[in-house]
Amino acid sequence: MTQSHWPLYEVFIRSKQGLAHRHVGSVHAADDQMALENARDAYTRRGEGSSIWVVKSENLVATQPEDREAFFDPSDDKIYRHPTFYTIPDGIKNM
Amino acid sequence: MTTTNASLRTYALRLGDTPLILSHRLGEWCGHAPELEIDMALANIGLDLLGQARNFLTYAAQLSGDGVDEDSLAYTRDELDFNNLLLAEQPNGGFNDTLVRQFLLDNYHQLLYRALSESRDPQLAAIAAKSLKEADYHVRYSSGWMIRLGDGTDLSHDKVQQSLNALWRFTDELFNADGVELELAAQGIAVDPESLRQPWLAQVGNTLKQATLQLPQEVPYRRGGKQGQHTEHLGFILAEMQFLQRAYPNCNW
Repeated sequence: MTQSHWPLYEVFIRSKQGLAHRHVGSVHAADDQMALENARDAYTRRGEGSSIWVVKSENLVATQPEDREAFFDPSDDKIYRHPTFYTIPDGIKNM
Repeated sequence: MTTTNASLRTYALRLGDTPLILSHRLGEWCGHAPELEIDMALANIGLDLLGQARNFLTYAAQLSGDGVDEDSLAYTRDELDFNNLLLAEQPNGGFNDTLVRQFLLDNYHQLLYRALSESRDPQLAAIAAKSLKEADYHVRYSSGWMIRLGDGTDLSHDKVQQSLNALWRFTDELFNADGVELELAAQGIAVDPESLRQPWLAQVGNTLKQATLQLPQEVPYRRGGKQGQHTEHLGFILAEMQFLQRAYPNCNW
């Protein structure tokens, strides 16, 4: 008999009044449905109205720490890339 | 106490005793389940059931008067005064046995609470409505595992089928009505358990089919739990559960 494989899942939760899903942790589960149930038990305490996403960890692609400069730094010292030199007409709101 | 009140008290006790004993059984799994996640889920279900038991027993205590409360009902009654279904007191066995016991009772509770939430007794209806949300989740959980194991490996399939065959003799009792239930059902307060039999068989049969399991044949059925006639297991549960309360009666905790 082969032992079943319990891969790692990452859990994202949107709380009842929350706007976006936030990463809250991870669980092990044998399949997607079980991952949802486990996440619900471990992370929501049944706070009704919340939404849960589970994603197999192997499906996530992350940026590498050593790429930080190439990825994130360049824009800081190029102020011409930021749209701050325009005057916004009076009629436009919420900008 | 009027006759209806006495019947209502008995009925509320029965509704409370089954989840109380079942939650004790699930508590025994703590730290021993096959996986950490299953450990948490079993504890979660156990806590839900204990909450249901507290609600029903508190109501039964109110109907009793005389300083009776949920604690005295849980900790000072002996097995002849316990009214839980025999299925709930069966030993945990392996995960397969616990799962099947849970699956059979979860489906029963879901149907019972759905019907009971229409009760003309507002307190019973309110407790049932609250419990139904939990029962829905329990059915999801235990049905999911029945399908996973029944339709899993040959070994897991055989184990679940064996547990199903072994526990089947306790299922008829779920639907046996006695005078108390019939009297209250006629007044729209209780659910006549016989009315749950066909929906339960359909629901359970449907999941078993998905799980590639066989519905067991008719067997010599066991009953008597609701009348205080229990299997040999309940006495041991109560000895453990009630020890402290009996050693130090009436202390605050």
